[in-house]
Amino acid sequence: MISVRDLHKSFGDNEVLKGINLDVNPQEVVCVIGPSGSGKSTLLRCLNLLEEVTSGDVLIEGQNLTDPKVNINEIRTKVGMVFQHFNLFPHMTVLENITLGPKKIKGTSKQEAEKEAQPLLEKVGLSDKANVYPESLSGGQKQRVAIARSLAMNPKIMLFDEPTSALDPELVGDVLEVMKDLAKEGMTMVVVTHEMGFAREVGDRVIFMDEGIIMEENTPEKIFGAPDNPRTREFLSKVL
Amino acid sequence: MDAFMETHYMRVMPFLLEGLVYTLIITGVGLFFGFILGAIFGLARLSKSKIIYGIATIYVEVLRGTPILAQILFIYFGLPDVLGFNIDKITASIIAIAVNAGAYIAEIVRGAVYSIDKGQSEAGRSIGLTRGQTMRYIIWPQAFKRMIPPLGNQFVISLKDTSLFSVIAVGELTYMGQQYYGLTFAAFEALTMVCLLYLAITVPASIYLRRVERRLDV
Repeated sequence: MISVRDLHKSFGDNEVLKGINLDVNPQEVVCVIGPSGSGKSTLLRCLNLLEEVTSGDVLIEGQNLTDPKVNINEIRTKVGMVFQHFNLFPHMTVLENITLGPKKIKGTSKQEAEKEAQPLLEKVGLSDKANVYPESLSGGQKQRVAIARSLAMNPKIMLFDEPTSALDPELVGDVLEVMKDLAKEGMTMVVVTHEMGFAREVGDRVIFMDEGIIMEENTPEKIFGAPDNPRTREFLSKVL
Repeated sequence: MDAFMETHYMRVMPFLLEGLVYTLIITGVGLFFGFILGAIFGLARLSKSKIIYGIATIYVEVLRGTPILAQILFIYFGLPDVLGFNIDKITASIIAIAVNAGAYIAEIVRGAVYSIDKGQSEAGRSIGLTRGQTMRYIIWPQAFKRMIPPLGNQFVISLKDTSLFSVIAVGELTYMGQQYYGLTFAAFEALTMVCLLYLAITVPASIYLRRVERRLDV
């Protein structure tokens, strides 16, 4: 479903990704862990071309994003993204945030889009917040709206960029619950996270990144139980 | 009371009110086009294309770096030499306000759009909106709110700038005052009323702006 081949990414002279190879199968949940500056967020942002790729290939359902003829806007509708800082549109209500994409991109009518938004709001537990503005929501509620906003485009893949890192500890649980439900429903997910508990419980595979390369890649049991790479061991001993 | 009505303070008023109408028309229409120019050049200043950025930068620097008095003379007396036809005074005045305010508004627009968090456009692009849709539905509405206070400020500045157009004998407020004391020698009275009429527009505008600013603050 996602296929990354020898991906390099540099910001000026600073090479952040140094040859990444990665495959994600349909319905798989891949968690990416690693220290700050390891390139894990950059990798995620290359998967929907929010970052331009320096060299290498990124294939989404067989379409190569680095091909200049590819319609990136169309591919992005299939690849939802959830950000660390939510990035809700503050001038729109919760409902408007969710229905903007369907209305403007798919041409869905307002009534239809709002009807389709109801089950999404229910899924994230915010049916009663449809008509409020984001500023009156807690961080956890904002993030759940952001997830609903992405789901409104019916994506086949969801990318999560440290979705709980900006949340107060007691609000993390609700967001993780929503993500667990998504995983159970069979959504293909790539999750950059510091929540080791989530990675262990929900991840089908865990990737440990450091210094722009994938250091180790294995099942959660193996990574958290008996990591092969000394860097992985060192990292986990600090965070667990 | 009748005696007061017969003073120069009152007798100048019909002339000044006529001038005020022209002042407001030139300011209003000029700023309308100035905002369009400002939006275009302000967004161009954010363009990744060096050519588009360069053209917009030249426009802004030239118009901000030369006095508006020279600009109105250039438009009214200079341009017709090259164009081969005359531009009437009101049109020339409107053009002067539009291109001059346009340069300042371009900077207002650039600053406001630039101040919107990058995450906003990333969120828009990530759901599949095009660059143009992201600007139109997400960035612009938020940026426009932030433009309101500086745009109000620009309104006050441009309103006062119209007084310079008396040099090409546009019948705006200051010029009408000059005409009156040219005939009656009542310069003190006429100019007092001229200033009071400017203040009658600018003071309420400032008060209103401060109120809007406070509301946007929260």
